[in-house]
Amino acid sequence: MTDIQVTSPVRDGVGASAPRPDGTLKVTGEFAYASDLWMDGMLHGATLRSPHPRARILSVDLTGALKLPGVEAVLTHEDVPGAKLYGVDHADQPVLAIDQVRYQGEPIAVVAADHPETARRACALIRVVYEVLEPLTDPRRAALDPSYEKVHAGGNVVRHQPIRVGSVFEADVVVTGEYEVGMQDQAFLGPESGLAVPAEDGGVDLYVATQWLHVDQDQIAPCLGLPPEKVRLTLAGVGGAFGAREDLSMQIHACLLALHTGKPVRIVYGREESFFGHVHRHPALMRYEHGATRDGRLVYVKGEIILDGGAYASSTPAVVGNAASLGVGPYSVPNISLDAYGVYTNNPPCGAMRGFGAVQACFGYESQLDRLAEACGLDPVEVRIRNAISEGSRIATGQIVDMPAPLTSMLEQVRDLPLPEGVSTDLRDLPGGVANSTHGEGIVRGVGYGIGIKNICYSEGFDDFSTARVRLEVIGEEAAVLVHTAAAEVGQGLVTLKAQIARTELGVPNVTIAPADTQVGSAGSSSASRQSYVTGGAVKTACEAVRERLLELAAKKLSHDGLALSGGKIVSVSGIVVASVAEVLGDDVIEETREYRHRATAPMDQLTGQGDAHTQFAFCVHRAVVDVDVELGLVKVVELAAVQDVGKILNPIALEGQIHGGTAQGLGLALMEEIQVAGGLIRNPSFTDYLIPTILDMPPMRLEILENPDPHAPYGLRGAGEPPTLSSTPAIVAAVRAATGKSLMRIPVRPEHITGT
Amino acid sequence: MRVTFTVNGSQQTVDDVWEGESLLYVLRERCGLPGSKNACEQGECGSCTVYLDGSPVCACLVAAGQAEGRTVRTVEGLSDTGLDPVQEAFLDAGAVQCGFCTPGLIVQAHDLLERVPDPEDAEIREALAGNLCRCTGYEKILDAVRLAAARRTAK
Ligand code: FES
Ligand code: FES
Repeated sequence: MTDIQVTSPVRDGVGASAPRPDGTLKVTGEFAYASDLWMDGMLHGATLRSPHPRARILSVDLTGALKLPGVEAVLTHEDVPGAKLYGVDHADQPVLAIDQVRYQGEPIAVVAADHPETARRACALIRVVYEVLEPLTDPRRAALDPSYEKVHAGGNVVRHQPIRVGSVFEADVVVTGEYEVGMQDQAFLGPESGLAVPAEDGGVDLYVATQWLHVDQDQIAPCLGLPPEKVRLTLAGVGGAFGAREDLSMQIHACLLALHTGKPVRIVYGREESFFGHVHRHPALMRYEHGATRDGRLVYVKGEIILDGGAYASSTPAVVGNAASLGVGPYSVPNISLDAYGVYTNNPPCGAMRGFGAVQACFGYESQLDRLAEACGLDPVEVRIRNAISEGSRIATGQIVDMPAPLTSMLEQVRDLPLPEGVSTDLRDLPGGVANSTHGEGIVRGVGYGIGIKNICYSEGFDDFSTARVRLEVIGEEAAVLVHTAAAEVGQGLVTLKAQIARTELGVPNVTIAPADTQVGSAGSSSASRQSYVTGGAVKTACEAVRERLLELAAKKLSHDGLALSGGKIVSVSGIVVASVAEVLGDDVIEETREYRHRATAPMDQLTGQGDAHTQFAFCVHRAVVDVDVELGLVKVVELAAVQDVGKILNPIALEGQIHGGTAQGLGLALMEEIQVAGGLIRNPSFTDYLIPTILDMPPMRLEILENPDPHAPYGLRGAGEPPTLSSTPAIVAAVRAATGKSLMRIPVRPEHITGT
Repeated sequence: MRVTFTVNGSQQTVDDVWEGESLLYVLRERCGLPGSKNACEQGECGSCTVYLDGSPVCACLVAAGQAEGRTVRTVEGLSDTGLDPVQEAFLDAGAVQCGFCTPGLIVQAHDLLERVPDPEDAEIREALAGNLCRCTGYEKILDAVRLAAARRTAK
């Protein structure tokens, strides 16, 4: 037995910039994304979609498609063996349209053929006769006008959530504003894809890019008329998600085709189809009235937020909950009357996207805070400091913030960061860049601030948990750990983190992450910035259970009391190393599975919105510096500085990447990203016309990351992916306002909003 | 139709290619080289970037027939032994998240550093302007290219 006294902390544990286990495969091109999957003899699926946002289907004639050589199946709703409807929150969406369509792009039929082009041509040969109806596209009428026609029989309001606090709605200073947020797309780069393989037991194995395997399984199995255990899912490589993979896309279709043909079927969407194939960020119409004392202290907020959910419910109810509960922002407001609505229309369906209801509201309340600052003659940072919540404050739902909320110091910190140098003389740094549209004339600089509050994890009483199975054994004379969860790695780096946690908790450097699948319990969704918290918590808890058993085994085998695990060694009370983990294990294998839940949350009161709906809050502050060509309406963001409190840094490099990426998506919403919808029709379903930030659009980003631990969370961590997406948008718009003096009530800001032409 | 071309140093003959197929499709679906990615297949994102006769192109915009007799190098063929310095730098700098943009960016950055061993930030930005990344905000990608440049010139 070894007898060395040194125990060093394990390498690449919690807190280190550990390398991604999937990194090498990703830089060499060998990582298997869902769209890379391939099997001998597999068929290719394609989807026929409605060209109309609202129509009755009078007839569908499949004859031409079925006759095309190479076509092996053409299926409609009549071929769906089980439930005809599905949905992530409630089942209101047909697997394939039944007698009517409610949005442009709604799937009507699916085809399997020997070549993707054959499948597409077969779709084109299906004859559908429509009776085209006037689409219902006015979300305000859908919310407030009971005489408006109905998209679904049950009415157009998916959820209305009021917030009612206090009764004083008068103040010395009153500022009002009507704001609008356009429809943003998640625009992940890896298109919706998956491979369904029929199994001998009559079931199906699906390899798919998704955010939550088990909720997919729960929706797919009933539609196939199969018990869940016969629908087995394995996560294929995911090329980004950002909420767009919370709802099903091709999953049921591929399984139907595979079961029907008895052959593997792969479906890979193209970019244009992807714009129709997933839900988007809810566009919002918002009215705010803020009342305050002359010195800028909020007395009341009145607000109305209307979120257009489009044709199907998707996650609209939860988005409304966020918009309402976080609708006044991270501010102490004694009197609130706010109504958030999520509605059905014949516009494209909207659901989850990074920030989830909190993003839209943040643009509204932060714009209002700037108006208030101006009305009171205060600095924008000062007015925020005067109203910011802190630990112990109540948010709009009456919930007490029982974790650090150092907003005042975050605001001061971001304000006090050095500012970038003045307007550059390098053409490439100016608005318009190499387009050579200015040499500096007409350029005005502006600075703006934004701050946001985001709930982390699922809220409003949802049973939000994750499961981890951890196995410790000796492989090749060394202790090795296998971590198995169903949690979706979508790019965020959860695979790295799970291994870091296992190394830290067990002191074993050699950790393998098993592929995510439905052979282990649910991990919940890779959304709401929750996986580090919940799956991280599950891995930690399972490791603790494994450690306990290891020490029992050590006590038994070594006949020694008071043993502990330290630096990967079994040590005595006095810290003397008595054995290695491998020596204790020998041929024994320790495996433990644990579920982890965060503290329970409660529903919001239906009439007042009061209740402890959230388990954790996270905050980010941005300062934006922009140069605006006021003659052409072009904006160049010069710098984005952020201060974010993450509780505990688990992996610095991955964390910075999350804040950078979230900030970039906020910049996109501020300045360029919008799915343009007219009469229910998407006008720009391509990356030529739907612009996401390029490397030329992104400025240098300065980050200050704070670690004020949340005592309720594993390691004190706070979810980090979403908060920067909230605050960068209003900061940039505020900076453009400061440069131009324009009110800019709508995002994304377009050149004509700046030039007034 | 039949297409014969050189891929990553070895000659390949592919049969039964439909005329409408792109070079990207042939690489991914017929040559077993799915490393080049298919984020848009419309020439808008750069995820499919490969070398064609030594110049970076969007493989989705090249018709399969146009590759006849020519030489293609994909991300899979950047390095014979271990990782290329650009690949290594992408890992070390944390420039990889979902990684879907990564192969295209790596080929594009590789080409930049072949031409300009010590690029300024503005040159890096210009060279990578056609490669979309949705995850990183590009900050770590800039870090990666700077790091690769420094390591290559130090060699
Ligand atoms: S896939 Fe070729 S440019 Fe996007
Ligand atoms: S890392 Fe995901 S698109 Fe770049």
